[in-house]
Amino acid sequence: MASSWLRALLARYGAGVGACVLALAGFWILLLILLPQLAMVDFSFRHNLPPAAQGGPQDVYTLEHYRYLVYGSGQDGGFNTVDLLVFGRTLLAALLVTVADLAICYPIAYLLAQSAHGGWARLMVLALVVPFWVNEILRAFAFRILFGASGVLNDVLLGLGLVAEPVDFIRTDVALYGGLAYAFVLLMVFPLYNALESLDRSQVEAARDMGASVFATHRRVVIPFAKPGISAGCTMVFMLSAGALAAPQILGGPSSLWFTQLVYQWFNTGNNWPRGAAYAIVLLLSTLLLVLLAMRLFKVRLAQLGR
Amino acid sequence: MTAAPAGGTKPAVEIDGVSVRFGEFLAVRDVRVEIAAGTFFSFLGPSGCGKTTLLRAISGFVAPAAGEIRIGGKPMTGLGPNKRPTALVFQNLALFPLMTVAENIAFALEMRGVGRAARRKRADELLELIALPGQGDRMCHELSGGQRQRVAIARALAAEPQVLLLDEPLSALDLKLRQHMRSELRAIQQRVGITFIYITHDQGEALTMSDKVAVMRDGRIEQVAAGKTLYDSPASAFVASFVGENNLFRGRVSAVAEGYATVATDVGPLRAACQADGGLREGEAAFVFVRPEALRLATDDMAGVDNVLRATETAREFEGRFWHVFLEVGESRQRATAAQVHGGAGPAEPGRQLRVGFMAEWAVALPAGPLAAE
Repeated sequence: MASSWLRALLARYGAGVGACVLALAGFWILLLILLPQLAMVDFSFRHNLPPAAQGGPQDVYTLEHYRYLVYGSGQDGGFNTVDLLVFGRTLLAALLVTVADLAICYPIAYLLAQSAHGGWARLMVLALVVPFWVNEILRAFAFRILFGASGVLNDVLLGLGLVAEPVDFIRTDVALYGGLAYAFVLLMVFPLYNALESLDRSQVEAARDMGASVFATHRRVVIPFAKPGISAGCTMVFMLSAGALAAPQILGGPSSLWFTQLVYQWFNTGNNWPRGAAYAIVLLLSTLLLVLLAMRLFKVRLAQLGR
Repeated sequence: MTAAPAGGTKPAVEIDGVSVRFGEFLAVRDVRVEIAAGTFFSFLGPSGCGKTTLLRAISGFVAPAAGEIRIGGKPMTGLGPNKRPTALVFQNLALFPLMTVAENIAFALEMRGVGRAARRKRADELLELIALPGQGDRMCHELSGGQRQRVAIARALAAEPQVLLLDEPLSALDLKLRQHMRSELRAIQQRVGITFIYITHDQGEALTMSDKVAVMRDGRIEQVAAGKTLYDSPASAFVASFVGENNLFRGRVSAVAEGYATVATDVGPLRAACQADGGLREGEAAFVFVRPEALRLATDDMAGVDNVLRATETAREFEGRFWHVFLEVGESRQRATAAQVHGGAGPAEPGRQLRVGFMAEWAVALPAGPLAAE
């Protein structure tokens, strides 16, 4: 298999160009993705030593930083409840954001792909894309203004007399979840749209004609068909929201930390790169594991994600 | 008029003054037709004549702008496709690619909450009916075109519809398979005994399978009749030119009497059969249609034949069972074709002068009107 596509590549582009393409892809994967990550893995197993002591007798591999995430400094023998709680909460919240995005984007993508014609569809896509010309930080601050104590939303609610005093959307993390869900809408819409667009409309009609309700039509015909797109979108949104930093930094409540903020603290203010690396790797592996688990659960093969 | 029609059954489908509008465009115009229960009924017409729209109106996918559709006597207005006693076989079949053959067939039952075992049993029965026993666990893409065709019909039949609607389901098949599926479809219809409504632009399909055919043009029904009647006694110039091959002579009516009309054409006066209420008036424009197989070729004067014309043979084509002989007829050298039985026509002689004749009862005179596009 591997050698056959290699031969096909060389046959199509000739030896020179083919080798160039391979070299570039190899450079990309090896130097820009694999090596830095491996360096981080290496970091995570080392003690946090001053530059002078690095390479010295103390510089040996250790599980110290992974142990710290679970047990903390270990004086009292208990668990590192603060960090573990943040970790669990981050994954759960990322899952919530993913589900929310799926719920928002599925109808949009379905309308775009199946019902809307030419002009309408293009306008809708434009409306989805344009907000993303504004940079991430600016969008997050805009959400702060929207959800703040004296923000637009509170003004409206107070004005309508629906609430007696301003709701603290920041402290209750409503702003954060809203901001994250908004940030990744496109990453959900496009894989869904891609999958749904190739669904033959007569299949939906056939299901209706056979007596299926709208709900049953989606459950039995549309969703199974769109499953690869759903998985691709969910994977991206979940991974990226679990790994988001700017939105939690700006929109998170004062008492609620995102796991990436811990990583950032260890790297930056804590000046402990090995510990930051260990935390980051735990996050990466756990999200990866969760994604693979979900894929097994919903019977999606990895190769389908690329479609 | 008090006697019950043959079969004595109530109509399965009544289409009562139905019009369908898409914006400014009237796709179906005031169509009225009754379809007898248990019959194989076809809507035949060129593409764009509104036949598919009418079918979608019967199945509930489009709402008529005017008129009412009744199935089994019940008005269907306001009922969606999932609430109607109809099942549609789609032009592209629309089988569900991620389900097995049996799951596809039993889909309607699944939607009604029938249990898994009962569904499987019914699917197996229907696979038996469509002569695909034991194929239930295969995926649809593993089947051949003709097999998929039959699965789509079985899936529609599983819904136990009063009326099965078929939207040109054979158009994707190659010629041999299509001809085989015609008799197959007819056989299935007779086995299950429900009403089939079939949409096609292929007159061969309509004529061979149907008990009755409605010919449509521009959203209207031109004629509803059995295939043989359509062929022998077309009600309009459109039907005459659309169904089967026909030679056309244009002219003006010079006399109408006792079921025959005389039409003054470019090639001379022609006598042809006409209906008593066929709308022919003296002095008005009329068409005379003669089937190629009704034309006789000879070198003598053809005594006793109603219409005899001078003709020149220009070419001939061998069709297998017969020769197509291309002629130029009369002073105006109008083109015509005659079908001559293989073996009876003699050797080809382009440029040969001969006589072409036909009896008045084999020709049809009709008021001038729109013709089917070539």
